Amino acid sequence: MESKTTHEKFDKIIEVKSVTKMFDGVTVVDDISLSIKRGEFVTLLGPSGCGKTTLLRMIAGFEAPTKGQIFLEKQDVTAVPPHKRPINTVFQKYALFPHLNVFNNVAFGLKMKEIPNGVKKNRRGEDVPVFRHYTKAEIKEKVERALALVNLADYGHRDVNSLSGGQQQRVAIARALVLEPKVLLLDEPLGALDLKMRKDMQVELTAMHRNLGITFVYVTHDQEEALTMSDNIAVIKDGVIQQYGSPKKIYDEPANAFVADFIGESNILSGTMNEDFKVTFCGETFACLDKGFGKNAPVDLVVRPEDIDVYPLHKNKGTLEGEVLTSVFKGTYYEMNIVANDYEFTVQNTDEFTPGSRVRLGIDPDGIHIMKKLRTVNEYAGEVSGETTVDFLGGTFEFVNSEQLEKGTPVRVLVPFGAVELTDDEEDGVIGGSVAQSLYKGSYYQVQVYTDDDNDIYTDTSDEWDNDDRVGIRIAPEKIVVEKREETADETV
Amino acid sequence: MKRFKFKRTYFAMPYAVLGALFVIVPLGIMAVYAFTDTDGGFTFANFVNFFSKPAMIKVLFRSLGVAAITTVACLLLAYPLALVLASSKLNKSATLVLLFVLPMWINSLLRTYAIKIVFNLIGLKSAYAAVVIGMVYDFFPFMLLPLYTILVNTDASLIEASTDLGASAFKTFLKVRLPLSLPGIMSGILMVFMPTVSTFAISDILGDPSTYMFGNIINQWFNSQAGWHIGSAYSFILLVLIAVTMFIANKLSGGKAQPTGAGGTVL
Repeated sequence: MESKTTHEKFDKIIEVKSVTKMFDGVTVVDDISLSIKRGEFVTLLGPSGCGKTTLLRMIAGFEAPTKGQIFLEKQDVTAVPPHKRPINTVFQKYALFPHLNVFNNVAFGLKMKEIPNGVKKNRRGEDVPVFRHYTKAEIKEKVERALALVNLADYGHRDVNSLSGGQQQRVAIARALVLEPKVLLLDEPLGALDLKMRKDMQVELTAMHRNLGITFVYVTHDQEEALTMSDNIAVIKDGVIQQYGSPKKIYDEPANAFVADFIGESNILSGTMNEDFKVTFCGETFACLDKGFGKNAPVDLVVRPEDIDVYPLHKNKGTLEGEVLTSVFKGTYYEMNIVANDYEFTVQNTDEFTPGSRVRLGIDPDGIHIMKKLRTVNEYAGEVSGETTVDFLGGTFEFVNSEQLEKGTPVRVLVPFGAVELTDDEEDGVIGGSVAQSLYKGSYYQVQVYTDDDNDIYTDTSDEWDNDDRVGIRIAPEKIVVEKREETADETV
Repeated sequence: MKRFKFKRTYFAMPYAVLGALFVIVPLGIMAVYAFTDTDGGFTFANFVNFFSKPAMIKVLFRSLGVAAITTVACLLLAYPLALVLASSKLNKSATLVLLFVLPMWINSLLRTYAIKIVFNLIGLKSAYAAVVIGMVYDFFPFMLLPLYTILVNTDASLIEASTDLGASAFKTFLKVRLPLSLPGIMSGILMVFMPTVSTFAISDILGDPSTYMFGNIINQWFNSQAGWHIGSAYSFILLVLIAVTMFIANKLSGGKAQPTGAGGTVL
């Protein structure tokens, strides 16, 4: 059994348990569970609209979860209003009080705070805790210490509107830290600052976290910020945590293609896991360190640009032969696009190979990261609506009715990724949708389209589509697989 | 020869002419009348006329009193309403606000006569109460609009920040909402106080001789041929009083009160 002290020291300060948040019927946070250890710097990372800010606002208490519970130090705080939570927030646009000067902004929370001041006996002789407010001298001392902490020692008398963005940000941080919260929430606090200021603040925030020992929960869409500052990162997409782990773990071993694409530059390819420790892609078989996918399992794999070795052709090293298309100097290395066996690799190397030259590429086993393929075929519930038509995804599609299924038969519809065709003009498709994501897979794009009836359809195409583009969706009739579905089967799979 | 060049400032010309013609010139005429006698000679007699009559000074203070009571009543009635309207989730289209502002579309005399009938019906006897209620009724929207405008535009994250820092809903109102709405309060006070201190129509219709306002006195002087000089002097005194009030109000709200900026977002 673990000793009690170790357990206390590393206990979970925040526990989010199966929390779901819906706004007007739209699910923004989808059954998220997350525990944060005391003293950790945790980043919620994801594209805008992924639900990270909503999750943070639920921890702060500004939003109530539709479902689920939030615990703070094992106490259920789901229904506790924000002003009674020992949690403070640094807001995205600072939210400094314009009618107060710097000193009074920082002092605001201290003036509100009631601190225990011993006990007294009530009439029945019971002990009743007594509270008092901070004295002026205590407030002054605390505020000055907080302002010194953010390097704004002599700014107390200043009007907050006269400060620069970076200084306002420091005041906001001081205002939250002065209350010595158990958890500090930061909602994209550096988003409004310029690059140089952002870098400086990153360093300062990390140092503050280290020195104060307060748990930080940090929201950002900037993957670089997340990688440099955090102890742990939760990568969020569509209201779901895609992966939770240390920056190194997330960078080196992304859980899926989305995480790999979102974190850093990467080459994402489709391959086949022949057997344990052996994977085939680009027409070649490579040794790798992954196992347990089964025989001949289709997988996604990621190879980071810096993990690809480039050799001159005559060296006769490496596995793939390719041609350099472009080369750009990036300060400490060259970033090259190299095409080999129809896959276009992004490669970073300290040696330059001029465009047009032929090279050989090698990938060490530890440079290949295998990920479970999320899906290989789109699967929907539908219903046969005519002799050669089937209804699903809110549209009526032609199909080859080889089994002579009768009208009204509930069916399972399988649509391979390659069978879906996207059209520029929404009118040309059977149904419409908007592009949610385009992932480059080396020689083609895997495009995720969000249909109007709230489903996703994946397609492999040679074109890149812009996010949020409206597109039409057509499906080749001969490639749609329609199977009879028992009435008791799940509605959608 | 210099070529004519069009500047953007020329657009302001019509307003400058209008302002000179209908503001500066009448003020000048008023000042001239106030400081002259019927023969056209310079005199302070018109002012002496006012300050030597304790009854007149009493009427002035009554006017100031009624205006102050009206303003405070409007503020106390309008602030909670503005707070509700500004935070109402139903109120995205401002239709509710419109409902409260709608009476402004009816001629104020008509409204005043209408409320007189209501007073007769319910048997309200006190002329003083009738005048104050009538004024509150007439000028309420002028208080509501600036308050609503400032409250609806208050940054919601400031309120969140306040609760986040440990302030209860009541403390948040006291320490954040109220101070931030001060410019709106000042605008509303000016918009109500200025017209009520000089009005005479409402007290004419709803009041009796015991509720004679300063405006009624000025009106009376102007109704007699010889009274224009004294009436001008009285108007001049009122003008100075209003100017001083505005100056103080502006100082108090940090120069942010704008009597003209009322309800820009609603109508």
